[in-house]
Parts: sequence; structure tokens; C-alpha cells
Amino acid sequence: MGSDHTHRRWSHLQKVLERSGPFCRPDFEPSSETLKFLMENCKLLVIGAGGLGCELLKDLALMGFRQIHVIDMDTVELSNLNRQFLFRHKDIGSSKAEIAAKFINARVSGCNVVSHFCKIQDKDEAFYRQFHIVVCGLDSIVARRWINGMLISLLVYEDGEIDPSSVIPMVDGGTEGFKGNARVILPGLSACIECTLDLYPPQVTFPLCTIANTPRLPEHCIEYVKVIQWPKENPFDCAIDGDDPQHINWIYEKATERAAQFGIQGLTYRLVQGVVKHIIPAVASTNAAIAASCATEVFKLATSCCASLNNYMVLNNIEGIYTYTYEAEKKDDCLACSQVPREIEIKDPNWKLKDLIELLCERSDLQMKNPGLTANINGKNKTLYMHTVQSIEEKTRENLQKTLQDLGLRDGIELNVADVTTPNTVTLKLKFSQTDVEML
Amino acid sequence: MIKLFSLKQAKKDGESPKAGTQKKASAAQLRITKDINELNLPKTCGTEFPDPDDLLSFKLIICPDEGFYRGGRFVFSFKVGPNYPHEPPKVKCETQVYHPNIDLEGNVCLNILREDWKPVLTINSIVYGLQYLFLEPNPEDPLNKDAAEVLQNNRRVFEQNVSKAMRGGYVGSFFFERCLK
Repeated sequence: MGSDHTHRRWSHLQKVLERSGPFCRPDFEPSSETLKFLMENCKLLVIGAGGLGCELLKDLALMGFRQIHVIDMDTVELSNLNRQFLFRHKDIGSSKAEIAAKFINARVSGCNVVSHFCKIQDKDEAFYRQFHIVVCGLDSIVARRWINGMLISLLVYEDGEIDPSSVIPMVDGGTEGFKGNARVILPGLSACIECTLDLYPPQVTFPLCTIANTPRLPEHCIEYVKVIQWPKENPFDCAIDGDDPQHINWIYEKATERAAQFGIQGLTYRLVQGVVKHIIPAVASTNAAIAASCATEVFKLATSCCASLNNYMVLNNIEGIYTYTYEAEKKDDCLACSQVPREIEIKDPNWKLKDLIELLCERSDLQMKNPGLTANINGKNKTLYMHTVQSIEEKTRENLQKTLQDLGLRDGIELNVADVTTPNTVTLKLKFSQTDVEML
Repeated sequence: MIKLFSLKQAKKDGESPKAGTQKKASAAQLRITKDINELNLPKTCGTEFPDPDDLLSFKLIICPDEGFYRGGRFVFSFKVGPNYPHEPPKVKCETQVYHPNIDLEGNVCLNILREDWKPVLTINSIVYGLQYLFLEPNPEDPLNKDAAEVLQNNRRVFEQNVSKAMRGGYVGSFFFERCLK
């Protein structure tokens, strides 16, 4: 970074990173190494290359981050072009991640964005483990919950304490019209997506009987066609594809007929599209503000120059500008992040499943009554035994007499145990005290 | 607040993953495991799990022992999605039934399956909700309008229609398959 040009290019960052100041964290040491780390080592993952994703990529690249990966399963659509500024008309139909990466790499010299045109679920732990920080610009709760669970599963515990180097912070942004939020999640340390799941509003649904018999809104007519008429008539022999104009047209026509029948006004093609695809209104300025906040948090986490957002910021631009930050609390019984897997020692790999269940009932720190056991083996759920549900009991009874080895339970496998004595399913990690070398 | 990256420890590249870490079950999976293990079925209900390893899709069989539908056997399919319990499971009635709140395609009008679903509710809540539909069919909010009208105007005729349908036969122009136990 010797030349005058690079010096001038990053001088604004040097002012922040090479000098101390009243807002610095006490443990912050001004140094030129920090900028070097940010530019050379710090590896980021941006999830989503849509409205928020384009802003995030632009912000992060211009901030000096160079090792950026972006993942998105979608392709560019015409309606994206007003705000997803990394895309042009000729890009319609191409992968958002690929086009966005190409654009940033061409525009910001030195930046190396790597694209992944797939679902986040297609990548494994080794992929996610390589990143320092994950930033999300998603529009789906399922996807947020999935990446949240993934980052939590990467935590390493030693004697019940989290190994800090296994923590991959997640900065999550979300917008809907003029409202948005940005939050910082330190998996295992602060409130996670699952801790605050009840913050997400339920999806708007209408009573089925209203849809069927007493529709009053154009939305009721569209839902009727979607929920009842489509499965009945199955016009294209497949499930509804919101991106297929033929499908939308069919729904539009049928819904118009129904609306006319009930004297309902206001049914348009766009409304049909919106209801079928659950389109939420997008406002470019909200995306810009939320992405800027997220990018700033990434910068703070990467450099430690300033305390992070603690930990949930809401933005509301509907009337004037209102913003508020509060600390979302970690939930003691969170299904995802409160699970510090307890180890359970297996003295003999020839133990049968019934011996293990007996142990769960006898151990003074567990004292379970009728535990139902499942395990996750090679990413697939396996039900080992459930006493309480007759049909499962009958099918899993034979497992009781099998040895743990025969059931595929090895050292390090996690069991999910549900029992009336605990409010949630508990995770127990098997630890074979004598690891059989031949087994490995 | 912990300081996450000390610069000397420029981790990641070439770092070998710790052995023994392994994909955790999803929150939806953990929750359904709890729900299923705590199913407390009324004696008129039973479940069928075609694949016991897959707790996310199963069938519920209701055989009412009182009311209009006594002696019938009704099968419901449950599909639990990855967003459970934020979203309710999808429930369909697989048995053709003459019922004001269940249409001939198997759609079920039960408030907690749609607009009144809350994550605190469980599979058990739905089982009781469905069982109640057979004890107290509700003509006020119908899905099968014809059945609702008959129930409202003449309970005797409704009762006859129900037993005709359960024995297997026509009610109006629709043929119901036999579903007696």
C-alpha cells in the first residue's frame, strides 16, 4: 500500500483504524495491520444478491473488503431493475449472484467477489466455516432460520464454554416497504433468530370458509383460485409457479370470474402476482439505509474499532424517520442456541439401545420418564425409539435390542431426546470412552 | 463483548475443522420430535407413520364414537414444513366426507390451521380441533355449503345423509366411498 494512489484511496479508513478516539473500544489498538487484515484476510459471505444484497456488496467492496462470497439461488427479473442496480436489462434470466459478482469485480479494482448460484442449503459446514462474518439480505424466514442453525452447529464448546474462534457473527438485515431492521447476532452468545422467532408477523391468511363462501376482497378471490380451484382443476399438471406468466394468467382469469360473481372490485394482474408470490413492497431507500447499517456493523466486527450494535435496530420511515435500538435477549430455552450439547459417556459400544434409555432414566441429572430418541446420522433424521406413539413404537421396538454400533451411533453423534421432564427436545452428545480403532 | 478476531490469529485459511462437529437437527425437527413424543391421543384417534424416520409427514385416523359420524373412519394427512412452528402444518382429509367444514377435495376449515395458528399450539391441539369438528360440525362457516344448509334446516335429513355417505352412496349427485370402520 505504498503508492500515493492507494494511500489516498483508503485514507478515510486509515483515519478510523490508525488513530484512537473517544468512541473506540477500550481494547482497540490503532494499527496499520487492521486495514491489511480487512483487505487481505477477512472473508465475508453475503447471502442474497437482491435488493439488500446489491447494496451490501457495493458498500462492503467500497469499504475495502476484498474477499467476498455471494450466494443466491434466484435469477434477475425485469421488476428487479429499479433498485437492484448491479443488474441491467440484458441480465434478465441470468444468475443474480454471478452478475453481481462480475459487476463489482469490474467496478472496484482489487475486489474479488466469488459467486455461488445455488441455495444456501446446498452448501455444507466446510463451506460456511471458512468465513469470518456472514451478512444476510434475505426475504425468507426459513432461510434465516437455516443459516442461523448452521452457524450455531459450527460452535465448538470446551467444558461448556464456547471457543470464541468458532463464533461466526451474523449480521442480518430485513426490509418491508418503508420499514426495516438490522441486527447483529453472535451465535451462542447473543439472541439468535430462533430466540426471537415470535417477532416475525404471521403470514396473512384468510379463513378458508370466507374464501370459499363469503369473499369480500379481491385477495379472497385470488386465494380461492390458488387454494381450491388450482388443485381441483390442475390446469398445467403441476404446482403453481409464480414466475410462469401462463400460471398467473390462469389464476387472474379465474379470480376475475369469481370477483364478478360476487361483485368485488379491484382485481388486477399485479395484485394476483403479489398475492401468489407473496411479494412484499420494496423501497430502494430503505434497502440502502439498512444495508449501510449492516455494512457498518461488519466493519466494526472485523476491525474491533467500535462497539457493535447491541443488538437490534428498527427503522421506520413511514412518517418522518424513526429509529430505535434495543437489546433482544437470548432465550434460555431457545431450541437452537441454548443447546450446549451435554455429553453422555458410553462405556461399552456393545450397549443396546435399551441400556442407553435406562441410563437416561436413572442418571440423577436427567431422570427422564419416557424419552423419545432420534439421531441425526449423515444429515438424515433417524427415529431410534418412541414409546408414546403406538405406530412408531411398533416400528422402532426392535431397535431396543440392537447395539448402538449397529444403529449407526458413533462417537460424537448427537441424540435428540424428547421427554415430559424437559420443556424442549434436549441434545445429548455420545462419547464413547474407549474409541475402538477398528471402527474408525 | 468479546474481541472476535485478534489480528495475529488470521484464522480460516488452511484451518482444519475440529473433528466431531456434526450437523445439528433443525429447530423445526427438534420441535416436531417433542410434539410427537408428547402426542396424547384421545382413544378415538390413532397415527400412522409410513416412515418412522420422517416425523414430518404422517397420517391421523379419527374414528368418532359419538355424534353424527359414529362408526366412520377418517384419515387426515399431515405435512410439517421447515418453517414449523412459525407456520402450521398442512392438513388434508383423505377420506371423502359429507361435512359442512370439509369440502370434497379434502380441504378442512379449522381456524387453528390457518388464521388462528400460533406457534404455541401443537400437533395435539390440531388433533383435538379435528376431533371436535366431527362432534360439532359448524354450519355457520361452511366449506360444503349444501351440507351446511341441510344441517341448519333439518338435522334428521343431515343425519341420514351422513350415514348414507359413510355407508357408501350418493348424496345429491356426489358419490361417497364407504368409510365405515
